[in-house]
Amino acid sequence: MADRAWYEIVRDVLKQHNVSLIPFVPDNVLRPLIELLEADPFFTAFSVSREEEALGIAAGAWMGGMRAIVLMQTSGFATLANQLASLSVPFQIPTMMIVSERGTLGEFNIGQMLVARTMRPVLDCLAIEHHTVARLDEVEFIFDRSIRQAVATLGPVCFILSPLLTGGKVFAA
Amino acid sequence: MAHFSNQLVTRDQAKVMNRYDIARRMLTHLHNDEAVIGGIGYSNFDLWAASANPNGRRQQNFYMLGSMGLAVPIALGVAMAQPQRRTIAFEGDGSILMQLGALGTVAARAQKNLIVVILDNGAYQITGGQKTLTDQGLDIVAVARASGLAQSAWAADESAFEETIQRALKEDGPWLIGCRIDNSKPVDTTERDPSRIRDQFMRGLGVKK
Repeated sequence: MADRAWYEIVRDVLKQHNVSLIPFVPDNVLRPLIELLEADPFFTAFSVSREEEALGIAAGAWMGGMRAIVLMQTSGFATLANQLASLSVPFQIPTMMIVSERGTLGEFNIGQMLVARTMRPVLDCLAIEHHTVARLDEVEFIFDRSIRQAVATLGPVCFILSPLLTGGKVFAA
Repeated sequence: MAHFSNQLVTRDQAKVMNRYDIARRMLTHLHNDEAVIGGIGYSNFDLWAASANPNGRRQQNFYMLGSMGLAVPIALGVAMAQPQRRTIAFEGDGSILMQLGALGTVAARAQKNLIVVILDNGAYQITGGQKTLTDQGLDIVAVARASGLAQSAWAADESAFEETIQRALKEDGPWLIGCRIDNSKPVDTTERDPSRIRDQFMRGLGVKK
């Protein structure tokens, strides 16, 4: 299946692993994925008011036996340090996250550029597994293996989708 | 069912009750392994205290130890994962004020098996009793109604609370019950062992054997 777009591959892997609940805060780069998930009756995809709300919903769903993944922008991730540190990590809840990466490779908003610098240090200091997904031919492997790992080790995982993969968001110069 | 015509009282008219007593009264009506999510602080501690019994402690309770404001989202997640099980968020006023958007999300999902109980003493009691916004005019039940939770009401007194919780356990929700409470100290302190709390809760919900 060499012809699938990144978002089609992500959808297929989520389905294979029975990850069906998708609370998200909207993002333009993630729009094709969100539209795909919303159109597929296998998934329950819905927007919430804040990323931390989405994280709480996903945590409750996991404990109730349903797998979820949270979709957000880079700036949204920056609101999650407390929830990851006080809920996901200590309670051993495998919070799964997809973050569309802003702040690099053509960023035009200085605020996005600065907040993006906080993302990997936060993930690293909480010892949270994270991968920057930049190549189409690696999407399936990284998602498949990392979801397995999250479930097996009860640890959160964050997939950072690079503009190299998604095209990102560019300033109309 | 759009409102509680027989028990509509305002926040000012609602009796100031006791947190531990409310937790105890709520638990006496739970006969079907309902899930209860205790928000942080004294709501959590009194849920823990009221859940002790000679045969051990009630398993279907989850006790947050941080992540202030997430009791309602966590309860929504549990309720979505297990639509046959009633799920209750047991949350304080200071906490829900951090996550008012969650009330709109619950309304938008129209989650039938979800009940939110708000314990409102108008204070951040655990940090020294500083006033919350509910002590300065903000009405959580009114906010809930305006967020789309039509079945939201203040409990006039203890018997009205019990009547409402019994009804919420039978009839489709989502429900929100506001309880004014006093500033009593909690009866006990929750054991701070997060992985054990999570494991017990998942066993209580039948997710782990």
